Amino acid sequence: MTAVLERTRIWWTILRVSLQERLVYRGDFALGTLMRFLPIVTQIFLWRAVFSARGEERIEGYSYEDFVAYYLLTMVGRAFSSMPGLSSQIAGMIRSGEIKKFLVQPVDLIGFLLLGRMAHKLAYYAVAAGPFALVFFLCRDYFPGWPDLFTLAAFLLSLVLAFLLGFFLEASMGLLGFWMLEIGSLFFVYMLFSFFMSGHMFPLDMVSPPWRGIIEFFPLQYLAYFPSAVLLQKATGWELARGLAIQAGWTAFFIVLCRWLWSRGTRRYSAFGG
Amino acid sequence: MNSPPKYFAIFLAFARNSLVRDMTFRTNFLVDCVTSITWTAMNLGFYLLVFNYTKSIGAGTGWGVFEFLVFLGTTMIVNSLVQAFFMPNCEELSELIRTGGLDFALLKPIDTQFLISLRKIEWSGLANFFAGGGLVAFGLFRLMTRPENPISIGPLTLGLYLLYLACGVAILYSIMISLASTSIWLGQNRSLYDFWFYITNFSRYPMEIYQGAWGDSLRLTFTYALPVLLVVNVPARVLAQPLHPESSLSLMLAVHTLVGAGLFLAISRWLFSAALRGYRSASS
Repeated sequence: MTAVLERTRIWWTILRVSLQERLVYRGDFALGTLMRFLPIVTQIFLWRAVFSARGEERIEGYSYEDFVAYYLLTMVGRAFSSMPGLSSQIAGMIRSGEIKKFLVQPVDLIGFLLLGRMAHKLAYYAVAAGPFALVFFLCRDYFPGWPDLFTLAAFLLSLVLAFLLGFFLEASMGLLGFWMLEIGSLFFVYMLFSFFMSGHMFPLDMVSPPWRGIIEFFPLQYLAYFPSAVLLQKATGWELARGLAIQAGWTAFFIVLCRWLWSRGTRRYSAFGG
Repeated sequence: MNSPPKYFAIFLAFARNSLVRDMTFRTNFLVDCVTSITWTAMNLGFYLLVFNYTKSIGAGTGWGVFEFLVFLGTTMIVNSLVQAFFMPNCEELSELIRTGGLDFALLKPIDTQFLISLRKIEWSGLANFFAGGGLVAFGLFRLMTRPENPISIGPLTLGLYLLYLACGVAILYSIMISLASTSIWLGQNRSLYDFWFYITNFSRYPMEIYQGAWGDSLRLTFTYALPVLLVVNVPARVLAQPLHPESSLSLMLAVHTLVGAGLFLAISRWLFSAALRGYRSASS
């Protein structure tokens, strides 16, 4: 029992230190958050023009208002699932030999990084809540109204899963650094696909069958598209349950993959550098 | 002894050195080319998806699918030129300042801005230049051979297109080097690339899409105060002729682009030298 308590105390300390570290740059944070809405602005104007040329007819069930709401919600999804610099951080630690620290200390690297990211996200939401609330308040007319509690709960669950999925997916990619010297170009390819297939660029249910199937096959849509679809009630009933189950399945898959890569990687690691 | 430095020859030497370096890591070079073209192909796919649902971007603007392909191709050409020639250098400026490497650049008997701006050329960035050129050619071909009022392109139009492309690149370069110059004062400028992305993002669509109260103020800001909207819109308009090229609005934009490019180059030059005067070497 005391062992568990000790362990919790260590994790709590790590979380608190990381949190304080993150809150140092809060001005930069808030400004950065507001700036991140800029690309969406052009996107919204583009769809405005498309809808005006179409005579306000719906596109695959989306009205213009739905598009605006969708883009704003993908921002929330990405605020949970994006892990800037995680892969390169891990790969860099492997290359520079810094990872040795975690082989001799009784602290698990993945757990340590996860806590760091949790702290980062918590600090981020604390600061970004202002800009987000402002933008959502200004755009309140584009939303169909407050969703019911059940939808809201499902939305929150999908966001938490999106965070975990994003973390373990990128951590797994970073751990490939045990086998590859430089993961930069691999990561770039990932970013490329993620930009389009996470639903950041357009609602994924717009695309037609062959492509839709390909997108369905990958876990990327659960990083931004799926949470938005949940809140906009595009996925309800069984479809919602199925989606959440697949999202949880992918998360579990990457947790296991991450562990496996870590244990295999540390076994073949030969600790270069001072 | 005191003959002026031969800038063009030096530029060629920079280009050659960069090419040699790129060719040393040939696979890396190829991967870079392929990924940047894939990125473009995905964007193209997105726009084709949009055109699945509409005949033109905005009602009555004349930006149909082939006009827009010319527009998109022009975007790619301008951006690839900036990315190949100026982006790697401007990004490195803040690093040069942080490490004190700028001292060495200042000691060279050559214009510092020239040296800083063109030292490194990223040849793989030009992959999109050719892809964009292909897209422009294809879009133009379809516009010139369509059954109802096909457009015709004379040498004058082509000359004007090239002139306005140059103006577009000049405007973007001025903004970029001005942003980079601020890192001399601030000591560091990590968000340069972010800011750059957010600003140029506005230039990627025909300016007609910015409608309404918010749209009008955005359009005016990015046409007159920070003319990123002119960068692609004006050359693409000259070539694709979505509306009547003789209209007074187009003429005004054309004149404004020429003046704006000159003015912004001058301002960025002034900013850069003013920033250099405030430079304190990192090592001292």
